Amino acid sequence: MSSSPDNLLQVKIWRGCADGAYEDYVVPQQDNQTVLDVVTYIQRNLDAALAYRFACRVGVCGSCAMTVNGRPRWTCRTHVSRVAKNGMLEIAPLQNLPVIRDLVTDMTPFFEKWQEARGRFVPGEGPKDTLARVPPEQKERAAASAAIECINCGVCYSACDVVAWRDDYLGPAALNRAWAAYNDVRDGDRVGVLKAVSTGTGCNNCHTHQSCAEHCPVALNPTFSIAGLKRATLKASVKGELSK
Amino acid sequence: MTPRLYLLQRGTAFVMVPLVITHLVVIMIAVHGGLSAEEILARTRGSAAWAIFYSVFVFAASIHAGIGMQAIAHEWFGLGQRAAAIAGHIFILFLLSLGLRAVFGVYGL
Repeated sequence: MSSSPDNLLQVKIWRGCADGAYEDYVVPQQDNQTVLDVVTYIQRNLDAALAYRFACRVGVCGSCAMTVNGRPRWTCRTHVSRVAKNGMLEIAPLQNLPVIRDLVTDMTPFFEKWQEARGRFVPGEGPKDTLARVPPEQKERAAASAAIECINCGVCYSACDVVAWRDDYLGPAALNRAWAAYNDVRDGDRVGVLKAVSTGTGCNNCHTHQSCAEHCPVALNPTFSIAGLKRATLKASVKGELSK
Repeated sequence: MTPRLYLLQRGTAFVMVPLVITHLVVIMIAVHGGLSAEEILARTRGSAAWAIFYSVFVFAASIHAGIGMQAIAHEWFGLGQRAAAIAGHIFILFLLSLGLRAVFGVYGL
């Protein structure tokens, strides 16, 4: 479908930092147009100073997440026809993260919390030349597989009410990653993961609102992962493993 | 919230499940027959079983609500961790004083 005056999108885009404001743009509507296409059109044709972030454009890199009509979304895989309300789009940066400029947020706190939640592999004591055997049907492997495909887009972090209420909460993405790390049977310090996520800012603060699972673009369920961490930390706490 | 607080809150909720059901069922049966407050008190006064039942209820509910209030004070009212913990403890003492006063009344002390 070619563009026509009757077929125009009214787009509001957040400009500036945290104290910025929305600016209005008019963009021709196209078939199979994504929200990222709209932002790119504005930057290339209407306002070259617009700052936004993207890389792969195919839902792999997790760079292009923004708030679209009030909901956090991956913009490269979000079709305008699915989210526009009466030909209107309101695009803002992700919530719960500091705004650098326009649609670009500072992801530093988000990734620092991945480190804080110990979402990384710690090698064990075994010799380097032995290959760990992890059968696909193993319970831990299945749990890790269910959580592993996170693309680090920050959508769940932006959607989380608890992060909005307390900025020190580790958040669904970091805890989901910690759950995958905890279920890696090759890890040399699995209790270390539980210690990292059982602090005052960790998994037990989750209110199970499930906004993370509702908004996750790759259909992961961080709430389920956090529930697993709650059970595991509770058992470890009763056994006294967390205080060793 | 630490695992200890989490365990306390979930544990007190678990304790309260049968207590709430018993409380509601007994109240409905007692009132259904047209018992007045005086007649109910005549049956509970001096009963150690009811005094223990409601004492456990009051302790469980106070601790459960106090931990919840601590989270609300921190997350909604912006109190710091320590201030929220103090507020939670004060709330526990407040509910305990109200609840135990009622238990004493039901038992007849």
